[in-house]
Order: sequence, then C-alpha cells, then structure tokens
Amino acid sequence: MALLEVKNLKVEFPNRHGTLHAINDISFSIDEGEVLGVVGESGAGKSLTGAAIIGLLEPPGRIAGGEVWLEGERIDELDYVAMSRIRGARIGAIFQDPLTSLNPLYTIGRQLTETIIVHSGMSQKAALNRAIELLAEVGIPAPAQRIEAYPHEFSGGMRQRVVIALALCANPSLIIADEPTTALDVSIQAQIIALLKRLCRDHGTAVMLITHDMGVIAETADRVAVMYAGRIAEIGPVREVIKHAQHPYTSGLMNSIPILGHDTERLSQIKGAMPRLNEIPNGCAFSPRCPQALDRCFTERPDLMATKQSGQAACWLYEEGADNG
Amino acid sequence: MAEVLLRVHGLAKHFDVSKGWLTRVVERQPRRILKAVDGINFEIAKGETFSLVGESGCGKSTVAKLVVGLHKPSGGRIEFDGNDTNDAVTRKDSAALRRRWQMIFQDPYASLNPRWRVRDIIAEPIRVFRLARDKREIDARVATLLTQVGMSPVDGEKYPHEFSGGQRQRISIARALSSQPEFLICDEPTSALDVSVQSQILNLMKDLQQDLGLTYLFISHNLAVVYHVSDHIGVMYLGRLCEIATAKDLFDSPRHPYTRLLLDTIPDLDMSGRAREPVQGEVPNPIDPPSGCAFHPRCPLANDRCRSETPKPISANGAMIACHAVEEGRD
Repeated sequence: MALLEVKNLKVEFPNRHGTLHAINDISFSIDEGEVLGVVGESGAGKSLTGAAIIGLLEPPGRIAGGEVWLEGERIDELDYVAMSRIRGARIGAIFQDPLTSLNPLYTIGRQLTETIIVHSGMSQKAALNRAIELLAEVGIPAPAQRIEAYPHEFSGGMRQRVVIALALCANPSLIIADEPTTALDVSIQAQIIALLKRLCRDHGTAVMLITHDMGVIAETADRVAVMYAGRIAEIGPVREVIKHAQHPYTSGLMNSIPILGHDTERLSQIKGAMPRLNEIPNGCAFSPRCPQALDRCFTERPDLMATKQSGQAACWLYEEGADNG
Repeated sequence: MAEVLLRVHGLAKHFDVSKGWLTRVVERQPRRILKAVDGINFEIAKGETFSLVGESGCGKSTVAKLVVGLHKPSGGRIEFDGNDTNDAVTRKDSAALRRRWQMIFQDPYASLNPRWRVRDIIAEPIRVFRLARDKREIDARVATLLTQVGMSPVDGEKYPHEFSGGQRQRISIARALSSQPEFLICDEPTSALDVSVQSQILNLMKDLQQDLGLTYLFISHNLAVVYHVSDHIGVMYLGRLCEIATAKDLFDSPRHPYTRLLLDTIPDLDMSGRAREPVQGEVPNPIDPPSGCAFHPRCPLANDRCRSETPKPISANGAMIACHAVEEGRD
C-alpha cells in the first residue's frame, strides 16, 4: 500500500468571473521512504498540490473533487482539528523562506520544544534534550548554546536547518518540502539537499519535494512528476524523465536548461508561455506550444498513459496503437 | 585582443554602516565600514560578454551599480571607451556618455512603471536624450524596438500588468535599447524567470548582441547560465575578484579553490552519479571579514600565510588569479 495516495484531486478558486481550475484532476502516489519530485514552472499548481494535501489551502481556494489517502485513511474530508493532529505529527512541512516559517519572537529552543511536547507529550526537560539532539542532527554547531538563540541570529542556511529539525520533531512518515532550497545560495543549497537526503534515509521518511529546479530533482528524487497548467504532464523514475523525456513539454523543458560543458550556441526554447488559469485552451493545455501537436490535441484532453518506458505521460502520442510515438 | 570598452581599475565601494554618533560615543563603538567592493580590476573588450558570478553578498550587484553610475565609487577608476566616467563633470558630457550604456534589472515586475503604457516606458530614454525629432519618429522607433525584441507594435498601447514575466523582461530590454547604447549592464536578467522563458531571453540577448554589436556586463549567480553566455568570467567572493578566465578555461580547469567549490555545487543534470561532497561553512559576514584571504576559513588549501596576508592578483594571458596556494603551486 502506498503511503500517500492522491486520486483525481481538483482544486478550484471561485471568483466573480467564474471558477479557476488551478489543479485539474491529478493522481499520484508516494511509497514509504520514497522521494517524489514535483517540478513545474510558476503557476503550474505544484505548491497548491502540497497545500491541498496538508489542508492549508487559502480560501477561497477549495478542494473541488478527488480524494487524499494517508496510510489507508482518507484525510481530505477531515475537519480542522483532526487535520491539525495530522499536520506535524504525520506530515511535516518545509517551506521556501525559512525566516517566515519561524516565529521571530520566540527562541528556536522554545519553538522546537513546544512542537515536541504537543506531538509526543514529553516532559519539558525531555523535550529540551530531544530538541538539542535534533539540532545536532541537522548540523547546527554547539546546539546546547544555540538553542537559546532567536531566528534572526541565524543565517539563511542555518535557519533552514532549524526548519528541517522542526519538521522532523514528531518523526512524520511524510515531509512536504516546498522549494526548500530556492532562497539559498548554491553552496548552501548543496548542503541542505545532502542533509535532507541523509535524514530522510535514516528516518525512512518519504518526501514530496516541490521545486522548479530540475537540478535539485536530479540530485534528490526517486520519481518525478512534471506539472503543467494544473495537470501532471509526465510521471516516472527520475532517470528516465530527465534523460529520456517522453512528453514534448518535458523534453522542451530539459533542452532549454543550459548545462555546463555543453557548448551550444543557442538554447532550444519552447515558444510562448504557460497559459494563465483563465485561458487554458481546450484539449491538451500544452497544444498551442507543442511542436508535435496532432489535430485531436486541440480538442481532446489526454489522460496519463503508459509510454515505452516505465513511466506515464499525458500525451496522445502514446495512445495505444498510435505509431507516432 | 579587441579594443577595450570598459576598464575598471582598483574600484572600491565602502558603505558606512555605523550606528549614530551618540550611540557610538556612549557605547564606545568604533565606526563600522562594510567593504562591499574592495579594489577590483577588470576589462571588457568591445562586443564581448563579461560575467561576474558569486554568492549573495559578494558585491556583484554593487559593481553593476557602480559601473552604471547609481553608486559613487569610494575609490578607483572606471574608464568607458577611454573616458574616465568621473571626469565628465558637466551635465552635457555626462549625458552624452551615459546614453551609451543602459541597465537591465532582475525583477521585471518592479522595474517597469505600472502606470505608464509600454510605449511611454520605451520612449522615455528617446525623449530624455532627444534622439528623435517629433512624435511620429518616436512612435516609429518604439514600434521597431518592440519588433526587435519579439513583440508586436500594438503591445505598446498596453500596460505592464498585461504581460507575463518573460514579456516584461523583453520590454525592459527594448527600453534599454531605445537610447542606442553600446554597452548593457544586466543584473540577474533571468533569475526571476522560469527556465523555458529564461532560454528565450538568453537567446534574444545573444541575437541582439550579434545584430547590434553590443557589449554586456552580465551579473548572475547561476553558473550554467553564465557559462552559456560569457566570453570572460570573473568570480567574486566578499568584495574581491578571486579569478578571471575565459568561460571555457574557468569550467575546464578552475584554479581558485572557491571557483572549484562553486563548480562542485552545481546539481548534476547529466546524472553521471558523480559523488558531490558539499562544502562546509557559509559566506562570512562582510562587515567583519576574515583576515588575510577572506576565503581561508572554508578553503581546503589554507595555511598560515593565507590567514594573515591578502593574496595579490596575478595576471597572465588575460586571466587573473588571487590565491597563495596557486601561486606557490600547493594546489
């Protein structure tokens, strides 16, 4: 059984002019201890997917359909109180900006112990020791002294380490990490990725890693889902998707990334830009930009179908019996 | 080597970040000076792209602002096409010189006035520098510029909010080109954009460089992007240049330990399974930089000399390196 299963999830934002379908029927699963990368350009719906799973959609955004199952329990219909017992305890979260995820008025020790006590009911003293252990584990030097420090006394990289410690407090089985390294410098980014990988392997924690950076995905993920305009365009093992992308959007995306040591005079580019939510075309959302579009791509929307590899792509090129793959 | 367009010599910018006079007297604190840029030298030949890379706080954007003239240097000279930019004292001289360079900023959401139509944004430099005789000429010029950056002349009637990030960056480029400059200073022009749009803008910039013979000073933290666009690259660390080399040399045979560190941190998209050892430590606080070579606390090659003596830049064949270990052959 999969640890997390998302079935036909839909998120919509009603507004004066109608309803925006920000996430339109996506399904995927994460196994225990697995790192699933979710990649896409801004506005593709990757962060919303994470927010919908942990029940933190900002109104008026709402789940309009589909189911979310965590360890065999349906969690998308739980009320606020029941959901808050799952957040932190069974699903941890790491966000992009470590400064806004920490309360500037409390010492990091207080924030850590409070979280530990809420989720495990330890005594104050035991929680403090656990907090120091956690800080040591995420690589904060002199944790016993630093525990009295406030978030502003830490650098960006150190703050993100504290946030990771917070997410790990209650030993959750799944961590949703939304752009955890985007605000950091490249050398710090490499440290944080290595830390996240090591900790999740040691604790057997599954990770849903949301990022726009294919490099981070290549380094970290086992499988990757590529999102485009609120849908999954392609999902499969990370090596396959990166080296032999099947969906025309993924291959266009991969080719447009400049790579060190590859001498190309011009980068290949995908023409146009991702459509806004109120202008998503009929049929396949990528069809107006797609170099291989068929007639039916403009009228009929493709669902995920098996490709020649072990992954799936939402593209008519892979329809069974089609000889143009 | 081609003719030098921009020569920067001993350029420095120090910011006074002291507390107020009374606090300093009461708390007996000395003045605190942040050396954002601390004596750097480089040259850019006509028609080439010179890039500055480094992590946040290394001073690369300050260099861009100094070169454009948005900051006044605390020391050193900036020579543009043989003219010291500080010598252009009269308004007229200064304007004549300033027309010849323009800047493109990182955030296309913040760099365009939301209350102006796109055609007015693009026409502003034409009006300011009086490059057109009448309105019809201005309109024709704006239409040409919009076409040049891959947009339609009718887009000029719209406002910036009607465009996506990539299109806004195209508008910024059109605006920068409207005064017919020879030299563009680009401060992280694609950092706010998605990768598929980034490739469009980088290609556009390359095309424009070929068509118009532009020279670029390109600032970025993304090494892969820098490798793709540059002829020469300067690597900055805490206000100093630690290495300058051609793009190919820098990536094929990096010499400075910091350059090697930076190259090592790039995620491996080829998935060759190369093991990466993440570097320890972080960029120190620039107000209180380490003694000697600022990189020594993170450097695997550091010795006593590195801790006490600042390395001098050594130039050879258009490349530059400032490192005791490389100089002594300890690398």
